[in-house]
Amino acid sequence: MSLLKVDNLSIVFGGVKAIDDLSFTIEPGKIHSIIGPNGAGKTTLFNLITGVYTPTTGTVLYENEGVTGFKSYELAARGMSRTFQNLQIFFNMTAIENVMVGAHLHLNRGFFASFFGLPTIKEGDRHCRETCLELLDFVGLRHYADTDTDSMPYGALKRLEIARALASKPKILLLDEPAAGLNPAESREIDEVIKKVAERGITVVLVEHDMKMVMEISDHILVLDYGRKLTEGTAQEVRNNPDVIAAYLGG
Amino acid sequence: MDKLKSPRTGGLLILMAIIAVLPAFLDNAFQVEIAILIFFNAIVCIGLNLLIGYAGQISLGHGAFVGLGAYGSAILTAHQGWDPLLSMVAAATFTGVLCFVIARPILKLKGHYLAMATLGMGIIISIVINTEDQLTGGPDGMYVDGLSFMTSQIHWYWLIGAVLVFSVWASLNLIHSPIGRALRAVHGSEVAAEVVGVDTTQYKVLIFVVSGVFASVVGSLGVYYSNFVTPDIAGFFHSIELVVMVVFGGMASTFGAVVGAAILTILPQVLTFLHDFEHLVFGLILMLTMIFLPKGLVPTLADLFKKGDKS
Amino acid sequence: MMGKLYLQESLSDMSAEFLQFLFSGVTLGATYALVGLGFSIIYNASHVINFAQGEFVMMGGMGTVFFLGLGLPMPVAILAAIALTTLFGFGLERFAIAPARGASVVTLIIITIGASIVMRGLVQVVWGKEFHAIPAFSGDEPITIAGATILPQSLWVLGVTVLLVLALRFFFEKTIMGKAIIATSLNRDAALLMGINVRFVLFISFGLSAALGAAAGILVAPITLTNFEAGIMLGLKGFCAAILGGLGNGMGAVAGGMIVGIAEAMGAGYLISEYKDAIAFVLILLVLFFKPSGLFGKTGTERV
Ligand SMILES: Nc1ncnc2c1ncn2[C@@H]1O[C@H](COP(=O)(O)OP(=O)(O)O)[C@@H](O)[C@H]1O
Ligand SMILES: [Mg+2]
Repeated sequence: MSLLKVDNLSIVFGGVKAIDDLSFTIEPGKIHSIIGPNGAGKTTLFNLITGVYTPTTGTVLYENEGVTGFKSYELAARGMSRTFQNLQIFFNMTAIENVMVGAHLHLNRGFFASFFGLPTIKEGDRHCRETCLELLDFVGLRHYADTDTDSMPYGALKRLEIARALASKPKILLLDEPAAGLNPAESREIDEVIKKVAERGITVVLVEHDMKMVMEISDHILVLDYGRKLTEGTAQEVRNNPDVIAAYLGG
Repeated sequence: MDKLKSPRTGGLLILMAIIAVLPAFLDNAFQVEIAILIFFNAIVCIGLNLLIGYAGQISLGHGAFVGLGAYGSAILTAHQGWDPLLSMVAAATFTGVLCFVIARPILKLKGHYLAMATLGMGIIISIVINTEDQLTGGPDGMYVDGLSFMTSQIHWYWLIGAVLVFSVWASLNLIHSPIGRALRAVHGSEVAAEVVGVDTTQYKVLIFVVSGVFASVVGSLGVYYSNFVTPDIAGFFHSIELVVMVVFGGMASTFGAVVGAAILTILPQVLTFLHDFEHLVFGLILMLTMIFLPKGLVPTLADLFKKGDKS
Repeated sequence: MMGKLYLQESLSDMSAEFLQFLFSGVTLGATYALVGLGFSIIYNASHVINFAQGEFVMMGGMGTVFFLGLGLPMPVAILAAIALTTLFGFGLERFAIAPARGASVVTLIIITIGASIVMRGLVQVVWGKEFHAIPAFSGDEPITIAGATILPQSLWVLGVTVLLVLALRFFFEKTIMGKAIIATSLNRDAALLMGINVRFVLFISFGLSAALGAAAGILVAPITLTNFEAGIMLGLKGFCAAILGGLGNGMGAVAGGMIVGIAEAMGAGYLISEYKDAIAFVLILLVLFFKPSGLFGKTGTERV
């Protein structure tokens, strides 16, 4: 059974089809990569899947439930989370608070309990802080826990987004260019983090430009070009596909 | 012990201490009056700060909600003979429901469009209050009986002081809870908040209602305190004044809201000796403060303090 | 026979009435359009909503009253009042907005609110609180058109507004300075890279906007009277106009102003005159509920 199924998905921006009649499926528990030249529609596809944009036509099926047009937070409640190509950090909070927002769905959010500062809220927050510290540890940012995010380096913020997404306990995690703008050492660290995420049984969907990294860690690769599927398959199959070579070299 | 030093508990204790000893230093009824006025403004500002400072949603119309509380209570008590407490609850419920109904379409708007919409909503409410003189007495305002058990001014001082302490406490509780983080997340990045499960619309609506109810309750208490209300309370300038207090004291700081309310309530009183020059000087002080302390008083001072701590 | 005649007569009465409301609507609308344009120009250059825009309008009117009082002839008094207001515009940018660069939008809004308090306070101290009238530019003899009357001053308002709008279009489309302002509004960083003096652009925008506001204030002062608080409602309605048309869209602001003015005159005439001042705000709320970025504002999916 597939985890995510996209059928004939399209979205039009001012007459231009950024995603054009795209269909594919994602199996649970693997690392899937989506590659393609700049402007191919990878980020747009993520936005469509995660409910940030509403498709013009087509459907998205998640765990056999039609979720087209669902809000992002409804999808998050069903176990879907993501990171962003252009950082979306809560710059008005510390690192640990950013991650704790990620755990929002798993905390007592009752208004009156919060308003009157009931012990259950405080207890929940204490416990949440512990688990979120572990997540910061997991991405190698524990020492930044109480740092204001506006004074953290870019590379750390990229990892902070992953920790925040993990705090929502996703079944599927979509990572949009997590290594973009990082130096080779930082890239390798991200690489490790992604593998560890997959080992936890979380299905990873990865958009990445670093071909070496993609080829090495992906179980399955989907190639997009002009919003359409160019091809898909294993790293080996994709690497040898003449269309892919043409799109990348001729491109 | 550590808890005492935290800005949260420590600040609350300092506030309680100030309220407790202040009467000893107030020489006359007028000064007590100003203190009570500060408490009233501070309570509205605490609610408004949750909306503006934490959730990042501007409102240029909150004076109208104070007005709804005041006139709601006044009308129910004076015309219908309702019990004051019941009137206050009814007015707060009405304001809360109204806020709930308009919050969705209004808070879809962003930035200056939101400013315009809240401003427009406030002006409409204030025009209605001015015009429906059968009900409200029009521009001349209306009289209401006070609370029978509040026999002296100092009773009011303690009552409103206690409500202020409660408001600060509750606001701090809210901020330091998952709801508070969700509000700040709405301010930080709506899309990022949504993808980890925060229903941003729901929280914007929630906090709009909460801040509206804070304002309404203050309006009700205020009308029973002064036994009189005029439409100015719902007007554009009162709304602006409230926002100015929040920003002056420092956005996203509960104590900032209190400090802003205190200073900007006292300042015009201090400046009355300037007679005609009062407004001019007030405007200049406001401009200079915002130019040189754009984050507001309390956050700027807190930053200085933090830096001092490290060195 | 009689019935038909009566009907015809009342029909022409009705159309005369309609025309009358329309005349006052477009006069009001032209004023709002100029104020709204002022908002747009400053917004475009700096992304600041200038809550002192109404005070520019007031200062135009009150300045003219003052200079006329000094015995200056009307045209000179008008130019002097516009020059004075423009100076305030420059001053606002140089001494209040420029030093606060980087502050949050709310802080900037409060600074302009402070400026509006200062300007009202200043005018009140120097020129008093009384209402003043400026004589109409070419007499008070109403002109009758198809049964409705219009004041010559209304024609002045309309004519000068049309001229100013055309002049501004020319300025923004054809002159270097105008293009620099547009470039800055589209992308401040790119404008800087292209060698545009962004600070100067901001400076000029505030001056231009102040001059425009003053012109509006002078044009309507003979119809509405003026005092130190005359700019408040005009400023708010002008803000409505700018938002209605889609913030930063100059021609949108002009259209927005006209719509607000006509709606107000028709609403007050046919519906409820007590609620005349509420009409603009009801209208803007209705529009924003359905079109969150105004009638002619940019729409589309926000990029993430
Ligand atoms: N919100 C939007 N409005 C208009 N066009 C958009 C929007 N989002 C994406 N696009 C367009 O869709 C195309 C695909 O963009 P994107 O998904 O960002 O590509 P990629 O992530 O593969 O580099 C581009 O042409 C881009 O300009
Ligand atoms: Mg992309």
